[in-house]
Amino acid sequence: MTTTRSKWFFSRSGWTFDAVNALIMILVLVVTLYPFLNVLAISLNDSKDSVRGGLTIFPRIFTLENYKTILNFGNIPHAAMISALRTLIGTFLSLVACSMVAYALHHREFMGRRFLSRFLAITLYVSGGLIPGFLLIRTLGLMNNFLVYILPGMVNAFNIFVIRTYMDGLPHELQESAKIDGANDFMIFRRIVIPLCQPVLATIGLFVAVGQWNSWFDTYIYNASDPNLSTLQYELMKVLQSTQTGNEAAYGSDVVQRMQQVSPESIKMAITIITIAPILVVYPFLQRYFVRGLVIGAVKG
Amino acid sequence: MSERDTTVTGTTVIAGRRMVPRKRRGFFRTLAEQRFLFLMSMPFAVMVLIFNYLPIWGWTVAFQKYKPGKLFWAQTWVGLANFIDLFQQPRFYLALQNTLTMSLMSLLVNFTFPIAFAILLSEMRWRGFKRLIQTVSYLPHFVSWVVVSGIVYRMLSTDAGPINQIISAMGGKPIQFMAQSNLFYFIVTGADLWKELGWNAIIYLAAIAAIDPELFEAAKVDGAGRWGQIWNITLPGISHIVIILLILSIGNLINIGFERQFQLMNTIVLDRAQVLELYALRYGIQMNNFGRGAAIGVVNSVVSLTLLFVANGIFRRKTGESVM
Repeated sequence: MTTTRSKWFFSRSGWTFDAVNALIMILVLVVTLYPFLNVLAISLNDSKDSVRGGLTIFPRIFTLENYKTILNFGNIPHAAMISALRTLIGTFLSLVACSMVAYALHHREFMGRRFLSRFLAITLYVSGGLIPGFLLIRTLGLMNNFLVYILPGMVNAFNIFVIRTYMDGLPHELQESAKIDGANDFMIFRRIVIPLCQPVLATIGLFVAVGQWNSWFDTYIYNASDPNLSTLQYELMKVLQSTQTGNEAAYGSDVVQRMQQVSPESIKMAITIITIAPILVVYPFLQRYFVRGLVIGAVKG
Repeated sequence: MSERDTTVTGTTVIAGRRMVPRKRRGFFRTLAEQRFLFLMSMPFAVMVLIFNYLPIWGWTVAFQKYKPGKLFWAQTWVGLANFIDLFQQPRFYLALQNTLTMSLMSLLVNFTFPIAFAILLSEMRWRGFKRLIQTVSYLPHFVSWVVVSGIVYRMLSTDAGPINQIISAMGGKPIQFMAQSNLFYFIVTGADLWKELGWNAIIYLAAIAAIDPELFEAAKVDGAGRWGQIWNITLPGISHIVIILLILSIGNLINIGFERQFQLMNTIVLDRAQVLELYALRYGIQMNNFGRGAAIGVVNSVVSLTLLFVANGIFRRKTGESVM
């Protein structure tokens, strides 16, 4: 048996195995991709034509009308802006906070190190839960407040430990020599450590950003009564639920009127695509960094 | 954390970190020297105290007749009344049953399928195709449950959903999937599988990739076929990580959230969709019965911890593995 042959035909079951395996993989591929392509096709198809049904992955009558409609009414553009803002600000501040704490923990001689490590580690295992969390936010006056998107999750123990582990792996000579040259800890952090930490910060930043973009519960529970603070996910949720349960009363009359002009299905699908789009844009990076980040986390844990 | 500590103590020089042997210095001297480190970490430690520790303190609400606006010491303490009250509610048992059933189903599915998927994918010969499958299979993990719920409703709809189109094409009657409470558990589990299959497989793929290739070569020489290799090398090779993940997820059994149920439910299937946390949400926040809401949270955590200890105990006895 030659080596090349043995690779492909090692056992008698080899052929059937590979064939069945390929079929299963193609099935996974289709089942995963079809819904997205179907949603995209409907969002790009003429809304009256879509009602006829039978659309698969290509639009029958191509139009951008659905997108123009949702971009011109109601809360969608503003909600998209709030979503973008919370993602940008939330991710940036979270990275600043987590990397600073990680930097302090990275110093072996730091006095508060042992205490702070434990203090943070406990939060990985114990949490207050839904109701106490809600009462806290209300007591702090963060209801109907943009800050509720930013502050509660800003300092995250898991992310801090991942960044700290990465910092521990950096060569130490640069920091030592900067210290001898008279740089203080903050300058070393800003000028030397942060530039070196770019890969891990990118990973964590993507984690946080996707979480921010995708979250809807905080809008629903804390900011639902202020339309100026609504997010894209929450708007999508309202559109989906109002048509799913047929409960249009929960929804502004203005929107209901417009929904009668354009079929709700097209609206739903167009908003869905707009909600997924940013994820798709960063997806190539996500894939690269997320998998690496997961492995870092797994090795650590 | 602690391993590194122990390696450093006792040795004088580790990787040039401590070039000069440190003398004992005064507390305030060190404090002044490390002022930047304190300034950079302490404000955020305060935030952790507020946002992570105060809610733990908030568990006390479960033992109070909580009145919003009153200070902590002005609240009326009621002992276990909230719990006794809770245990008399039939809806509580319904919620507990829903939570446990859906969690168990999702545990079963989220263990078996990703492992099988990872093994099949690692057996894939064609690199390009393998990478394509991987790329595509992670995608649903990154979209929100809001989006997934929209997709699920669309895929299962009676007029345009492909599943019902297939059923009709085969001469069957379209099924109103989302309006049948019997199907809700399966829809939630299926949606979960669709969303997380590829993502959950990553860790097993990494574990399989870490298996020494020589083992496979040796097995081939010994005449093992593909199934033989999977059974005798791949599976034992990843069993360690499988067991650890299994114990951890059993502990999380009751804690796996309510997003899926919240997004996928509708008024018709409410009885099957209400899990403990949604129940807490309903009583605690929508009906202002914070004491009962917090009590549900406490029960949730207690059951979850018990499950974790039991699972860990069983596994430690059987396999010598432990996560705690």
